Amino acid sequence: MPEMGKREKLLEVRNITVEFGSGKRKFTAIDDVSFDIYRGEIFGLVGESGSGKTTIGRAIIRINEISGGEILFKGERVSGKISSETDKKVVKNIQMIFQDPMASLNERAKVDYIVSEGLYNIRPDEAKEDRRRIVAQSLLDVGLLPEFADRFPHEFSGGQRQRIGIARVMVMEPELVIADEPISALDVSIRAQVLNLMMTLQKTKSLTYLFIAHDLSIVRFITDRTAVIYRGKIVELARTEKLFANPLHPYTKALLSAIPQPDPEVERRKRVFVYDSTSHDYAADPPSWFEIEPEHFVSANTKEKKEYEEMLK
Amino acid sequence: MVNLNYGGREKILSVEDLVVKFNLRGKVLTAVRGISMELYSGESMVIVGESGSGKSVFTKTFMGMLDLNGWIDSGRIIYKGSDLAKYKTEREWLKIRGREIAMVFQDPMTSLNPLKTVGRQISETVELHRAARGTSARKISLDILSDVGISNPEKRYDQYPHELSGGMRQRVVIAIALVCNPQVLICDEPTTALDVTIQAQILQLLHSLQDKYSLTIIYITHDLGVVANVADRIAVMYAGDIVECGLCDEIFYNPQHPYTWALLSSLPQLGVRGEPLFAIKGTPPNLHVEIKGDAFAPRNPYAMEIDFIKRPPYFEVSPTHKARTWLLDPRAPRVTPPPSIVRSQERWKEMRRNA
Repeated sequence: MPEMGKREKLLEVRNITVEFGSGKRKFTAIDDVSFDIYRGEIFGLVGESGSGKTTIGRAIIRINEISGGEILFKGERVSGKISSETDKKVVKNIQMIFQDPMASLNERAKVDYIVSEGLYNIRPDEAKEDRRRIVAQSLLDVGLLPEFADRFPHEFSGGQRQRIGIARVMVMEPELVIADEPISALDVSIRAQVLNLMMTLQKTKSLTYLFIAHDLSIVRFITDRTAVIYRGKIVELARTEKLFANPLHPYTKALLSAIPQPDPEVERRKRVFVYDSTSHDYAADPPSWFEIEPEHFVSANTKEKKEYEEMLK
Repeated sequence: MVNLNYGGREKILSVEDLVVKFNLRGKVLTAVRGISMELYSGESMVIVGESGSGKSVFTKTFMGMLDLNGWIDSGRIIYKGSDLAKYKTEREWLKIRGREIAMVFQDPMTSLNPLKTVGRQISETVELHRAARGTSARKISLDILSDVGISNPEKRYDQYPHELSGGMRQRVVIAIALVCNPQVLICDEPTTALDVTIQAQILQLLHSLQDKYSLTIIYITHDLGVVANVADRIAVMYAGDIVECGLCDEIFYNPQHPYTWALLSSLPQLGVRGEPLFAIKGTPPNLHVEIKGDAFAPRNPYAMEIDFIKRPPYFEVSPTHKARTWLLDPRAPRVTPPPSIVRSQERWKEMRRNA
């Protein structure tokens, strides 16, 4: 995590809105969401299924169109209508690791093609030998053997397939990697391997991650800052330690209380909070976004803001 | 198994030396390699292991649900005096399946019929297993829906699965399993497909239903992190064998098998920020070939020479706790487990002193 003040904003998400459908069937999946990701950090985005966390990731890599707001990458707008040159830059510099390695690899292609596919796009006239060399190196980087290049995805286990998914991202030499629940489809013993690999690659290749997850125990372990999203809105954002030490928003509290602990004593004493979104009194006094303490943002109305300030004292 | 009688509970199911094999593309694979286990009435037993460890196959044999290419090679499964391993026909199994032993599957998205209403799917089970039809079947179904925590059951009864959330659907699956009052409920990864908040709610629900329906529950999971609250006993499975089995506290605070150490220390909850997480190297063994010695030996940093030669027997740690590892042999050298395990074991010693 870089020092404050010296930080460079790699990605700026400004008031984006994503809608699906139109007219009466319109559904707002992302509602006025803003956050920045600094170079070199691991930014966590947590929420339950359907909260829109994946949609945000997809909006950044331009799979889902945004209907409002803008997204800046290194200060340059990458949302809406952009030149094909900028588009190429986005493709090269922002890459995504998908959730389910069983579904995200082309079953009919060899590993060699899967990993190098992106290169055909950005450097179409590269020599075949060079491409093979890059693939071999990238397989080595993720802990696989270069000879795996001639095999098909079905010959690999879930953990190995996710490594192939990561190798495919790494050949592009991206600056920002969006990891969408990269380990939730994996076995517990394999999760640790893949998580360690991602942390090593972050250091050696100086990557920035947007880490999307619903499992808070992993988020606490790996991320520098965390944003909590509920029904398309970010309700709280802070440095990860701060968020876990002083959760303010009731939804964050509910999420934290539900983390399973591998400790029978703690579990027996545990109380799970259930978040009730109607508990807020937002009709008369709508919420806005406050920086309640340095680098700790929360969505609250004036009354709640006072309560939260009280809690932090 | 050593704990013949813990807490004065009655034995409900006992498995003796069960071997399950599969025929896969002409090759024979041994999925379960001689497991013995006892289940006591009213307890919650957790079976934990990674994919391919045989945990699902093992429990499927209790309900005669092995795939067609699989068979019980040897061993016995004694339930209420009869040997389930000898059952051949569907007619025999129908007496057990559903009404004695029922199952909750992992993914509520796929285990419900999308073309039938929720109510229809529950009352179907009622009509099949209980002498109730029409309105009385409907009444039973509505009761069970409110028992599993579904509000407004009248309305939900006529809805289709796609109209319900994942958590709701899993509640419906539980309702279907419970509606014929089974003795044993097998929950195969009941919360893996669900969100963290819903996960906690479903586990709490199962826990509270256990008393009301006097259930014996077997949980199958790959994540030790989620079961600390519900488990009475835990069996750790690796490559078709139970490598360690003990009371919940014994497994979490005083684990003995290096595989259990590895499973626990790889949980991110126990990791230290900024340091790599403990990871188990390599992959599980190929079950097509006969396993010599301790199946975990090739991935085990603590492996000794004998681990590659001779399969370890169970060593008793306490009357309720046993582990299959040569490290417990009095002749074995003393080893230091991973740091997080050392911390737990120290806590365990302290807890024992205070007890």
